[in-house]
Amino acid sequence: MTNPSSQSVLFAASEVSLTNRPKRAKPPVSSGVIGMLIFMVTEAMFFAGLISAYMVIRSGIEEWPPWGQPRLPVETTAFNTLVLLLSGLTMGFSRNLLQKQKFQEGRRLLGISLLLGTFFLVAQGYEWVQLLNFGMTVSSSVYGGLFYLIIGAHGFHVVGVLAVLIHAWNRLGASNNPITAEGLLPLQLLWYFVVCVWPVLYVLVYLT
Amino acid sequence: MSQAAAAVETGIHAEHHEDLNFLHKYILPLDHKIIAMQYIFTGMIMAIIGGYFAYAFRMQLAFPGELVPGYGLVGPGEYNMLVTNHGTIMIFWVAMPVLIAGFGNYLIPLMIGCDDMVFPRINRLSYQIFLVSALVLILSFFVKGGGFGGAWTAYPPLSSVAEYNLTDWGSSLWVLAVALEFISFLLGGINFVTTAMNARAPGMKMMDIPIAVWFIVIAVILFMASVGPLIAGAVMLFMDQRIGTTFFLPSGGGDPLLWEHLFWFFGHPEVYVVLLPTLGIVADIITVFSRKKLFGYKTVLYTAFATGGLSFVVWAHHQFIAGIDPRMANIFVVTTVLISIPLAEMMFSYIATLYGGSIELKTPMLWALSFLAAFLIGGVTGIYLGASALDVYFHDSYFVLAHFHYTFFPITIIGMFAALTFWFPKMFGRMMNETLGKIHFWGTFIPFNCIFLPLFFLGLAGQHRRIYNYQHFPDLATQELQNIRIFATVSLVVMLLFQLVFVYNFFVSMFKGEKAPDNPWRANTLEWSTSSPPPHGNFKKLPTVYRGAYEYSTPGREEDFWPQNVAPE
Repeated sequence: MTNPSSQSVLFAASEVSLTNRPKRAKPPVSSGVIGMLIFMVTEAMFFAGLISAYMVIRSGIEEWPPWGQPRLPVETTAFNTLVLLLSGLTMGFSRNLLQKQKFQEGRRLLGISLLLGTFFLVAQGYEWVQLLNFGMTVSSSVYGGLFYLIIGAHGFHVVGVLAVLIHAWNRLGASNNPITAEGLLPLQLLWYFVVCVWPVLYVLVYLT
Repeated sequence: MSQAAAAVETGIHAEHHEDLNFLHKYILPLDHKIIAMQYIFTGMIMAIIGGYFAYAFRMQLAFPGELVPGYGLVGPGEYNMLVTNHGTIMIFWVAMPVLIAGFGNYLIPLMIGCDDMVFPRINRLSYQIFLVSALVLILSFFVKGGGFGGAWTAYPPLSSVAEYNLTDWGSSLWVLAVALEFISFLLGGINFVTTAMNARAPGMKMMDIPIAVWFIVIAVILFMASVGPLIAGAVMLFMDQRIGTTFFLPSGGGDPLLWEHLFWFFGHPEVYVVLLPTLGIVADIITVFSRKKLFGYKTVLYTAFATGGLSFVVWAHHQFIAGIDPRMANIFVVTTVLISIPLAEMMFSYIATLYGGSIELKTPMLWALSFLAAFLIGGVTGIYLGASALDVYFHDSYFVLAHFHYTFFPITIIGMFAALTFWFPKMFGRMMNETLGKIHFWGTFIPFNCIFLPLFFLGLAGQHRRIYNYQHFPDLATQELQNIRIFATVSLVVMLLFQLVFVYNFFVSMFKGEKAPDNPWRANTLEWSTSSPPPHGNFKKLPTVYRGAYEYSTPGREEDFWPQNVAPE
């Protein structure tokens, strides 16, 4: 009953030896989802650590941003935040469609969601290049260090999850061993996490 | 339906598992039992390194400035490196892999009656990352400048500035190794919890799960919830060391105290992460050898939940003299002392289990009982240290050192030997020699007390940790105190020598021991219902569970045990 295709890409390969498991009661929550939820707890605590580090260091410095350091682009990043939120929203709609067996539409919407995510990433990269040109580097001040640490940690997550999701998007239409809506769920959860943690970081780093 | 169908299906399954060559069976296994043994053996090899380091720096303390046989001269920098890496290895590369990853891997699928972990490949990856982390740590001893010497807590700025610690690459590799090791246990931990939730044998309800499995799962959840901030801190420390950020440097606007908070927010739950598996293993052993039901199964379980919850709000008791607000210190004194209540309750449950039982003093039982006794001393001395008024004087003295060795030694070493001697017949299909086992037990337990009991008195005499030669301090250089140091060191050497008995017993029994029956201890849990050692896939026919794990000496039954998988008449 735990056939490989019902699991996520991340875990699909690992499910092989369980295919011949004798029938037992179907667990209320699939193993892939439980595994991902536990992972997300750790991730949430990781970002909580970064956020508390930011607040502790920030509270010890009077002039913020420190003298000679550029201001952050609040408005363009606000637009970028909306793009990322929209990406999360389309991801949710695509899951609805996939669950209703509307395969083509669901796949297209998932593609749009991933494109929006990629746009977010590229815009962030452009912003970084600009900031570096203005002389803000990791070692120019603790302000720069914290910015690149926190925004970089988030960007690193975006890159990772996008890569796996694009792989999954490919597999959605594959002829052998395709991935199902249920199998996609753990990855989508991780994407929601990445989307939801961003506004918190935006308010923390850009607005306060 | 489907007993027959199930049997057929598992039959196919078992056959599918048979044709494995040596490489896929022992080097790149998916089988949780082999992965468990990889963890246990790697942990034991690391324990030898950690023990060797302890030998070298204890010899330096007892006979300062003299050549240590088998090591050479211990200089001040080298002394710090030995102490630091002794602590790091014993906690992260011995206690964690052996107790959680090793026995967790071995026991969870067998005790809950399934054929393997839910994500076997992630399990294998977890071990491989762990092995890389161990190799990175060992590499750090040989780079220019030598291994990291800033204590296992790695407080910045000492750990973050190469001009201060003089181990430029040693300290970076140390941080890298620790971070890799966390990633490894993260993957393993996801697996453990998911398996325990989703793969239990039919009929096994929450309250039928053996305490050992419960406690490992709780420990893993504690680990998962606390490790995030430390990973964040490790990344920041690594950036401070390598690319010139100043997160922990006051001169650059950073805050060194921040690291202490990030570290101890993980570091204190970590104590319970390694403690809980041993407590669980001990619970299983004492019920088997006192032939009695575990006293208050649910109480024991809930006290573990309480301990886990409280362990998140006690961390600042490590920082009473770090300049935190005394009002905040008061709060942490209260929570710290509070945490002894659930643990005391658990201890009473264990003692009540022993009360009136027909106790068999087999080797595993001796280890389990000695754990209770030794850990009690560790726990009680902890209450003194938890009070900030006393801790101001005891902080960083040998009293602290003796206290946490009285907790960590029982947890790690005694717990490891208890579990190994108890499950050895299941793991290797042969019995260990009882006489040698008992000689090894007494040869470890008596010297252990001889090492660490005197250190309490050294601490009360004002001896500070992390000093490589006390002859430079007139108050501490007296012959009386030096005699105590020599006594502790001699006891350590005696204890290390007695470990040879165990190594001999272990390997000779593994190949030449008496054949073990399926259930040599007449125990209830599911792992004893399959053959010794269990085949790949664990059970010929996956079991169904009818009752809790601790039905010993049930009134009205002829046998004094009632395995979980035996159908009621």
